[in-house]
Amino acid sequence: MTVFIIRRLMQTAVVLAVMSLLVFVGVFAIGDPTAILVSPDSDQIERDRAIAALGLDKPLWEQYLYFLYGAFRGDLGKSFVFNMPALQLIMQRLPATLELAFAALVIALVAGIPLGMYAGYRPESPVSKTIMAGSILGFSLPTFWVGLMMIMVFAVQLGWLPSTGRGQVGTIFGITTSLVTLDGLAHVLLPAVNLALLKLSLVCRLARAGMRENLLMDYVKFARAKGLSARRVVLVHVFKNILIPLVTVTGLELGNLIAFSVVTETVFAWPGMGKLIIDSINNLDRPVIVAYLLVTVSMFVFINLAVDILYSILDPRVRLAEAKG
Amino acid sequence: MATILPNTALESVPVAPVETPWRRFVTDFMASPLAIVGLIMLVAIIAIALVAPLISPQNPYDLNQLDILDGNLKPGSKAGPGYTFWLGSDDQGRDMLSGIFYGLRISLGVGVMSSVLALALGLSVGLLAAYTGGRVEGFLMRVVDIQLSFPAILVALILLAVLGEGTWKVIAALVTVQWAYYARTVRGTALVERRKEYIEAALCLGLSHRRVMFRHLLPNCLPPLIVVATVQVAHAIALEATLSFLGIGLPITSPSLGLLIANGFEYLLSGKYWISFFPGVALLLTIVSINLVGDQLRDVLNPRLQK
Repeated sequence: MTVFIIRRLMQTAVVLAVMSLLVFVGVFAIGDPTAILVSPDSDQIERDRAIAALGLDKPLWEQYLYFLYGAFRGDLGKSFVFNMPALQLIMQRLPATLELAFAALVIALVAGIPLGMYAGYRPESPVSKTIMAGSILGFSLPTFWVGLMMIMVFAVQLGWLPSTGRGQVGTIFGITTSLVTLDGLAHVLLPAVNLALLKLSLVCRLARAGMRENLLMDYVKFARAKGLSARRVVLVHVFKNILIPLVTVTGLELGNLIAFSVVTETVFAWPGMGKLIIDSINNLDRPVIVAYLLVTVSMFVFINLAVDILYSILDPRVRLAEAKG
Repeated sequence: MATILPNTALESVPVAPVETPWRRFVTDFMASPLAIVGLIMLVAIIAIALVAPLISPQNPYDLNQLDILDGNLKPGSKAGPGYTFWLGSDDQGRDMLSGIFYGLRISLGVGVMSSVLALALGLSVGLLAAYTGGRVEGFLMRVVDIQLSFPAILVALILLAVLGEGTWKVIAALVTVQWAYYARTVRGTALVERRKEYIEAALCLGLSHRRVMFRHLLPNCLPPLIVVATVQVAHAIALEATLSFLGIGLPITSPSLGLLIANGFEYLLSGKYWISFFPGVALLLTIVSINLVGDQLRDVLNPRLQK
């Protein structure tokens, strides 16, 4: 187990180093770094001072070290638009994004697993066929367009739910979230469902496939032979085994949901970091762009690491194969 | 009981169609009514995209044909020049139907172009990895793994944030997002095929590595690749629409379906649904039809399911 984690940690370090190099090359070497890091409104004297301060007159490898040094101290420059440290800005917006992704994930799992399990348990029933046909549609629907249509129906025509913003936030266990106030919940519902739709079909298909595979296994026959009720066999024995692929996918998809929240946040004007990056790209607020890239890439690398470790705990075969290889 | 007379034998005995792989493929494909519907839809959409300028009631990007007084008309309204806005018009007085026809051209073009380029890149990397093995393979596949651990939209976002706007930059971003899927698929298939006897036989005949790789190995790796390619075209089209909607995709001079939808966003809140709604339906139909065809192709071309 330790060997496995150490190996994975080393791989993570390599990925982070390569990524920082790529971002550095992308922003500093391909683009014009002064255009990226110095506000376009500044005059020539300010420009020269900034170039000296940023070390842009030094050789490239030294600049890279300087960039790394800044990144390690969490100093990624100041936002031109908000005039505050870019990293701080992103950290401020992060909770809203995580909250949205979390809500979407819960919706996808709570709705998707039972639907998929049913479709796997009775594959020939019309209901199951409808579920599977619906899942093809779910794969094909463009998220942003569905979001627009949801706003049109539920916010504009029916007027049931608000379409923009986060609503009232409350505090629970020291975390500020809109999941604890009624107004906040009303605001989160549409964007969360919109984001969840993307993963609902996937969860559904996985649960269905797991159900069909597991029903043929010997342990199911054994449990039935023992005289357990069909209900207990499916809801306890089979369910546990379906969870293995679902946990991996859930972990990976959480990252995917955070990435895709860029779209949902833009549609529903949700004040998360996804909306922030789009606004920053449109405003050419480059320090924020660089900070966003580094933060999300690190986040992803660590999510992948966590999933790998979790997976090896759930499924001993993985860690054994890895330790041998 | 029919008695066969010598002189009519040739006409009366039905000639059994020769079972060629292509015929079997066609029969298998046509077994699913849903796939046929998908195929018909897809052919229709491609046809519309190809001849868009000929069948559109209006050239939506010729300013002489636009009249601002025709702006924001409901579907079915009559226009000044004597035709009907079947799907309404946008704020500039553009016919939405024509806009969609032109938009399909751009969306499909970018989607197909990026997939073809990604296919070429992924195919070369995958074949190279499988054929050389060892360290080269380990390295290439690690790169593929790492890239696939990041969501497509994030990779595209990063690239476009760094590169800036432009049609070719969008295509480059879409290629970067897709190539790894092809590389992984090709390498997986090629590894299995490589061990088969015909490769060994070809090498024993003294054929060059290049010839074996491209003339023998490659054709046998194609079926799973075709499946991945169909699905990827759909992905590319959806991703391009998303990026264009976010305002970091295609420039306004290439109005794809995503841009049309984005354009209608602000009018949606005042109840003018058609500007966003109909381009979205066109996008949805395109993606669904490609996915339906792709789903069936996967079943037909999957060797494990073959009777």
